[in-house]
Order: sequence, then structure tokens, then C-alpha cells
Amino acid sequence: MKFERTDLLGLEDLSRQEIEFILTTAESFVEISERPIKKVPMMRGMTVVNLFFEPSTRTRTSFELAEKRLSADTVNISASTSATVKGETLKDTAKNLEAMSIDVLVVRHSASGAPHYLASVLGCPVVNAGDGAHEHPTQALLDLFTIKRRLGRFDGLKLGIVGDILHSRVARSNIWGFTKLGAKVTVCGPPTLIPPGTETLGAEVSYDLDALLPSLDVLMLLRIQTERLSQCFFPSLREYADFFGVTGERMKRAKKDIVVMHPGPLNRGVEITPDVADGPQSVILEQVKYGLAVRMAVLYLLGGGELTGENAA
Amino acid sequence: MKTLLKGGRVVDPSQDLDAVCDVLLEDGRVAVVGAAAQAGGAEVIDAKGLVVCPGLIDMHVHLREPGREDEETIESGTRAAVAGGFTAVASMPNTEPPIEGDEGVKFVLAKAHEAGLARVYPIAAVTQGLKGELLAEIGSAVRAGAAGVSDDGKPVENSALMRRALEYSRMLGVPVISHSEDAALSGKGVMNEGPVSTLLGLKGIPDESEEIAVARDIALARLASGRLHIAHASTARALELVLSAKQLGLKVTCEVTPHHFTLTDEAVKEYGTNTKMKPPLRSERDLCALRNALRTGAVDAIASDHAPHSAEEKDQEYDVAPFGIVGLETSLGLALTELYRKRILSLVDLVRLMSTNPAAILGTGGGSLKPGKPADVTLFDPEKEWTVDPSRFYSKSRNTPFSGWQLKGKAVSVIVDGRVLMRDGEMIGEQGETS
Repeated sequence: MKFERTDLLGLEDLSRQEIEFILTTAESFVEISERPIKKVPMMRGMTVVNLFFEPSTRTRTSFELAEKRLSADTVNISASTSATVKGETLKDTAKNLEAMSIDVLVVRHSASGAPHYLASVLGCPVVNAGDGAHEHPTQALLDLFTIKRRLGRFDGLKLGIVGDILHSRVARSNIWGFTKLGAKVTVCGPPTLIPPGTETLGAEVSYDLDALLPSLDVLMLLRIQTERLSQCFFPSLREYADFFGVTGERMKRAKKDIVVMHPGPLNRGVEITPDVADGPQSVILEQVKYGLAVRMAVLYLLGGGELTGENAA
Repeated sequence: MKTLLKGGRVVDPSQDLDAVCDVLLEDGRVAVVGAAAQAGGAEVIDAKGLVVCPGLIDMHVHLREPGREDEETIESGTRAAVAGGFTAVASMPNTEPPIEGDEGVKFVLAKAHEAGLARVYPIAAVTQGLKGELLAEIGSAVRAGAAGVSDDGKPVENSALMRRALEYSRMLGVPVISHSEDAALSGKGVMNEGPVSTLLGLKGIPDESEEIAVARDIALARLASGRLHIAHASTARALELVLSAKQLGLKVTCEVTPHHFTLTDEAVKEYGTNTKMKPPLRSERDLCALRNALRTGAVDAIASDHAPHSAEEKDQEYDVAPFGIVGLETSLGLALTELYRKRILSLVDLVRLMSTNPAAILGTGGGSLKPGKPADVTLFDPEKEWTVDPSRFYSKSRNTPFSGWQLKGKAVSVIVDGRVLMRDGEMIGEQGETS
């Protein structure tokens, strides 16, 4: 199989086969980061630009390391240093980058649809590193990859995503990804943070974490942003933690072999307590580790990689 | 000067007329409808196969002058109006600076006169500077020729002020046209709130944002015994509220736009910014309710909310692009294709909603082919098939979601004040130098 896509904008429009192909390809990239010399020449001579209009440490670093380990030349542009503060449009910024013959553009933007817009005006592949509340496809792919490694299957698995679903691109991409691979997804949080029509995405809705928890194979927690407080989505962090925070005590209701995930960064003591975050059920650091392999696979496939998944590395 | 419109299907709701006959225009007035024996010396326009109706009126357009002449001028907008089959438009006051008081109204009327194309009925600001704080000089505006008052583009949020506007305008005989929206509830929303906004991760504007405001405005119209016109009604319940207000005998009317009776929020799925407008494209349920309300006579007018925006401003991220689309040159085609073709409106009802009723709501005259009425006439071919090509628009702006659409039905000839401005699809004259 050859990966036919020119961009990675979201998981909504990827088929199950395409997602599985990316995950299979990623398998062969894990080992590279375990070598003493963590570099392969697959993208030597290619230029990747990481254009970030929102602050990011984890995702940007992960992309940058993935690019460097593929031997690509990388440039990071963050919103504070980009030309947009001078009133330049997104299109002009991107067109200028393209004029410098870049090979892949990785973009994060607060406006949903911005990567789709760029993909429509640029000739080079565009990777969505998170757009507004829409999608964050590489995060979902690394979450899928982590579960594949841990549990080896998706069919019949039950995933619970807990927290701010309304503003979460991670939740949306994971709903698409997990349901396409055969898992069942339930989102959970206060009604103010569950968007309308969530069922139409293929997820069930719960407002009661304690009732949901015993049935879950995978528990994914989302970061609660304190700025939502001023918008009256919930009254206090204390009350949020009381209703939806995952504590060691609450985890007694869960299956023993439940897998706990979090895309980071953590609000310790709000959505998750340290004993759970650092406990044996947590795969939070594995997610970060596999993020590199998954992003290497995505860049390799979009950058024109023609080897098959089996012998990619 | 005489013009004879020969052998067309004359459709005039004001006299319950739908028959093949002649119309004779003389000295800027309708002279005869029927057999026009005394037509010697008249310019003859063959209207065979065409519908001849009182000039269409688009009671909700934005002409952008003064302030954004790069997007539209009164001249380009009224030329687009003629091309779209309209003999008159009502222009909203949210220009830079806003059209307010007698001076603003006189400016618009002078520019429209200079252009010599479609008539312009200026709508003047309700509140000073459209700021929603103090009542503007709406009496002076009406004396100078304003046909209504509105802060369109945004609501009058202060209920006490809206009450005063509805009371005060009673002595002026003009409607208060309301952009009914609860601004706080709309927040930073950019599209309809529902499954599609959830899918796309775009901030939603709920139906209730419109319905709360419509309910409030109707309550204030009752309190003030005022005349209220709801602009661009887009939801099922907003229309129910208007209908129940009418049944109570309140002086409440409403309009709907072609894009709201043609498209749903599904159209937003590619993030194309020509699907971004206020109110937003709603759900299938709302679209069905709009069509049903049109069928049952609960809607008073079809208006385009023609809102020109520059290509640069629309060619951006969805969140950043401005609200609004152009409509003057697609409105009639969409109404004929989506409503007449689909048996939702008869031709008589279509003309009622696009001519007779708008004239009555604005109190401008026109909207009728009775002898003695102004010689404003639209001739359209309900069978003509055409493709929407924005590059051929007379409007200065191209921001339409209907590019490439196949429509059936198009204006062919347009006569304003007895002057033939478009004939057989060809615009006549430039800069108002019309015969």
C-alpha cells in the first residue's frame, strides 16, 4: 500500500486502512529513537517548517525532533515572531514560506479550518498540528499507537474521554480514530463542556464519571484550562475536581488493567492526581515517546516515502 | 414617452392579476393594463413568454458607500440591482460613517439620483452612530426620505431605547427594522450551533440567539404599538413568533433571504468563507420551516441582505473573515429555482413577496401595475437557464456561495420610472445616461 494523501488535516476523512497503515509504518520508527545515533537519512535535503500560531512545547518539540531524526532541515516559526503581528495575512505568510521551496509545512492555528485553508492555497504537504477546536490528528494517531502497543487491539474496547470536550481538538480526533478502528467512545464532563450533537460524531455522552468508570478499558483525561472559569463553564476548580477529577480513590472503581492517558500538559490535582498520573496504569510518558515515531511516520509518508510499512526503517 | 410591453404574462398581486395582456407606460406612469389600442408612437418591447410584474424591490441591501467604495458604491450596487431584476433597493445605514439624520439620507438619495439606476430607499440609523445609546434624528431622516430606520448589522440591545424607537417612529409612518440577535448569546460564534459546528470545531451561534431577540422585539412592539419588521428571519421558532404576533393583530412583518431558504449549515463543511453570514445558515429543520412559512403566507418579503466584502477580507481563516454575502444578482434566480420550480410559491405570491409587500412595508409606493402607479416594471423569463458566474457580476464584490450554480429564471428587462435600463439582458447606458 502507498499512502495517497498529500496532506494530513484530520482523522475524520481517513479510512480505517489509512490509519492502520500509518500505525504500521510508525512501528518501524520506534527503534530509531532507541539507537545511540538517532538519525536516518530519509528526509535529508528536505525542509520542514513548523508554523505555530499558538504556544506549544510538547507538540512542537516532538515534530522538530521527528524532523531532525529524519535528517530534514527544520525551521520553527512561532506566532510571536511571525509576520502576522505586522498585519500580514495567513495566506501571505504561507506563500512566502512556500516561495523558499519548503517541502512540508506543519501548522498549528487557533482558527478551526486554518490548515485546510492553507492546504488549498499551497502546493506543499500540510500537516495539521492542531486547529482550533477541530482536529489534532497526530495526537490521536499517537494515542492509537500507544493503545495498539499496550493492548494490541481496538475491537470492543471502551474508551472514556473526560473533561472539556467542547474546546478539544484532541477529543474530536480521538473519537474519529478510535471509532474507526472499532472501539466504543463515551465522552464525559459537565454539560457546559459537551458540544451539541456529540452523538453525531459517534460518541456517547455521560455526565457521571463514577458510573462510567467501571466499564472503561481506556480512560483519557483532558486538560482543564483555567480561563474557562471566567466564561462560567463551571464554578470552580475545586468543584470540577470533585466531580470529574481522577483520584486514586476514584480509580478503585475502575478495571484493574485500565489504561490512563493524558495528552498533557497536566493540571495535577485538577483533572488527575499525582498518584494516578505517575501510577502503573498511566501511559502518559509512553504517549510522548510514541509521538515521535508517529510523527516521523507521518512526515516520511507525506514527504514522499515510497517504501512500504514493513521495510520503512 | 410611451413604452408598450406587448403580450407578456402580467402578474400583479395588487390587482389579483395573472393574465396575458399588454402594459402601456406613459410619462413615467402605468397608463393601461389590458388591450393597449392607443399605443401609437410607443417603443414596443416584445414580452411574449416573459413575466411582466411590478418592479422588484430588495428591501435589505448594503451599498457600502460612504466608507467602503472598494466593495460597493451606490452606483455599482444599483447597477447590480437592475441586472438582478430590481427596480428599487432599501439600503442599510451601517456605512462609515453611518447614514443618519437628514444629511445622511440626502447623501444617499443624491448619489442614487446621480447614478440614475434602481431607486434607493434609504434606511436611516435608529441610534446615534449605531452605538445603541441614544436615539438618532429619525424624524429628520424620514422627512428627508428615509423609508425605515434600523441599526442593521447589530441589534439595539437596550430594550428601553428600542421601545422609544418603536413609539417615536409611529408618528413617522415607517417601520423599525430589527436585526434581532442576542449579542451575548451569539458571543464569538461564526456559524450555526449544532452537530456541524461540533464537527468543524467552530464556535456556534444558537437559534435561541435570534429567537430571544425576536420575542423581545415583538413584546416591545406590543408595548409601543409600533411597527416592527424582522430582518432576515432564519429559524423555525422565530417565524412561529412572528406568526403568532400577527395573529394577535400586532404590526409585525418579516423577511427571509434566499440563502436561508436554499442552504443549510452543511454548506460550511469545507470552511468556505462565503458560507459565513449573520444570521448563520441554519439546520435542515429550519430550512424546511422557512419554506413552509413561505408556502403558507407567514413570510412577508424575500430580501437578499446583499453584503459585499472584498476578496482579500473573505480570503482568510473562517474565524477572521467578515460576515455576509452578495445577493442582488442571484436573488430572483434562487427564488424562481428553489421556490417557484419546487411549487412552494406561485408566481403571484413570489411577486407579492418581492415587490408588492416590500413596497407596502416601506410605504414607498410602487409594487403595483395599477394605472397611475410609477412605471417601475420587471420582465423576467421564468424558463431561462443560466449559470452563476461571479466574474460577470455588476456588483464590485464576488462573495457568493452560489458560484457555478445552475439556476432557472432570470430578469430580462428592467424599467425604472419609465426608463428602460436593461433590455433583453443587456444593460443600457453608463453612469445614468439612459434614454
